Amino acid sequence: MIEWANTIIQGILTGGLYAMFAAGLAIIFGVMRLVNITHGDLIVLAAFIAMVVIETTGVNPFVSLLAVIPIMFVFGYFLQRGILNFTLGDDLLPPLLVTFGLSIVIQNLLLEIFSADSQRLKAGSFEVMSIQLTEGLSIGVFPLVIFIVALVMIIGLQQLFNRTRLGRAFRATSDDATTAQLMGINHKHIFGLAMGLALILVAIAGVLMAVRTNFDPTVGPSRLLFAFEAVIMGGLGSLWGTLIGGIILGVAQNIGAKIDPGWQILFGHIAFLIVLVFRPNGLFPRTRDD
Amino acid sequence: MSLLEIENLTAFYGDFQALFGISLAIDKGETVAAIGANGAGKSTFLRAITGLVNFRADKFLYDGETLSGRQACDIVGLGIAMVPEGRRLFPSLSVEENLIIGGYNQRSGNWNLARVYQMFPKLEQRKDISGTALSGGEQQMVAIGRALMSNPDILLCDELSLGLAPIIIKDIYDALPSIQAEGVSLLVVEQDINQALAIADRVYCFQEGRISLSGKPEELSKDQIAAAYFGK
Ligand SMILES: Nc1ncnc2c1ncn2[C@@H]1O[C@H](COP(=O)(O)OP(=O)(O)OP(=O)(O)O)[C@@H](O)[C@H]1O
Ligand SMILES: [Mg+2]
Repeated sequence: MIEWANTIIQGILTGGLYAMFAAGLAIIFGVMRLVNITHGDLIVLAAFIAMVVIETTGVNPFVSLLAVIPIMFVFGYFLQRGILNFTLGDDLLPPLLVTFGLSIVIQNLLLEIFSADSQRLKAGSFEVMSIQLTEGLSIGVFPLVIFIVALVMIIGLQQLFNRTRLGRAFRATSDDATTAQLMGINHKHIFGLAMGLALILVAIAGVLMAVRTNFDPTVGPSRLLFAFEAVIMGGLGSLWGTLIGGIILGVAQNIGAKIDPGWQILFGHIAFLIVLVFRPNGLFPRTRDD
Repeated sequence: MSLLEIENLTAFYGDFQALFGISLAIDKGETVAAIGANGAGKSTFLRAITGLVNFRADKFLYDGETLSGRQACDIVGLGIAMVPEGRRLFPSLSVEENLIIGGYNQRSGNWNLARVYQMFPKLEQRKDISGTALSGGEQQMVAIGRALMSNPDILLCDELSLGLAPIIIKDIYDALPSIQAEGVSLLVVEQDINQALAIADRVYCFQEGRISLSGKPEELSKDQIAAAYFGK
């Protein structure tokens, strides 16, 4: 019994990481209607940038975020303005193809520079600390921290989108970029900022992932898949939904792994399919009355 | 000196020419109406002024400055605001947020939320619901308020009466004098000729991408207008 409780708690905490992967994807799709196939590779890219920062400066992984976050933001802004803005239009296919190509480019560059070796960012004893809840049930401090970061991230994004001038500009541009221009909103700049913001989330998620698990240049696509599943289970357009989607995925994977270690990923996909069968629009679809 | 002075403006959608040499001028504080049948090019003309449609013009002066080639998002900051055809409120934004985003450019002036609510009291009660959940007339009020929030010197209104009941149209048009009183110039596009003639200092009639008639309402006869509106 206690073992299962343990499994489920671990799953929920893992879900926090998936929610972080998913939140960036959801913002990119929500604001620009752009399906970012290269999302997982950007997460891995952030992890490698952190690795370089750590190797050159000797700081701890969390401190490296002070460099990784601005680097990823600037990269995202110019990626959007320099390339992706030109792919946007009525057709969803061009951005799909371009980000798919970008995914291959990033993977190969990372392989070329860093080789296929598996890497891990080390955060010292913090990684293995745990809190004992009851007899036989304890949770890792680091997974808990990841989950709390995910919660704070989603609350912060919710506030940003609902309460700030920039958030209103994001929503208005997403609704109707032409009319947004009549308000004085430069939609190309707003798209750049949205991608920059998404890559801030990617930077945080990438570094936390890299402390938690091994990574190498080829693990991007599976992160993309987890992010997709979390976003779609949550219902496109709902940030809280991405957290719930992430948690369902995390719990399902942990249950699968408990039954048989080979079933971890499979159980995640099965949970995804079950949710889609019963709720084709996800659990919290955005209701729009237009 | 005219606030807005345009000479020989042409505009295309791809190969299709929508406007053939439009010349038009508006003075400070003046109200000008543009009338014309479906497809005459009125909306295209307003979209050209606001930078949403590419155009060529021999002269395009606003407040003495040449405006050609500006990005659409820079136009509103210069004092040119538009109430677009079909209102085009932002569905994800509440009524109040729709108004607030009208002031996104942060141009200074007399308009603010309180004044818009004073002009359209109905909106204040409904400020927290989605703009698109309102009735057509109320949506039009939001669209006008949203444009005013940018503190424009000239307001372009594209078919304020579109799809509205006559009694609602009257409510909307009753708000215009208080806008005119601020010294704002108005360029009002209308299919409803009587409405247009009632408020305008001068009228231009569009026909198939050209101006077929212009003048003061009191100087134009019904027959002249009918001929200019429908063609021979
Ligand atoms: N996006 C577009 N692409 C191609 N042609 C267009 C486009 N928009 C308008 N047109 C064409 O340009 C011409 C002028 O259209 P416009 O919308 O300016 O007319 P209008 O006078 O505003 O008509 P209405 O009273 O119906 O609003 C029409 O023949 C129309 O079919
Ligand atoms: Mg029109």
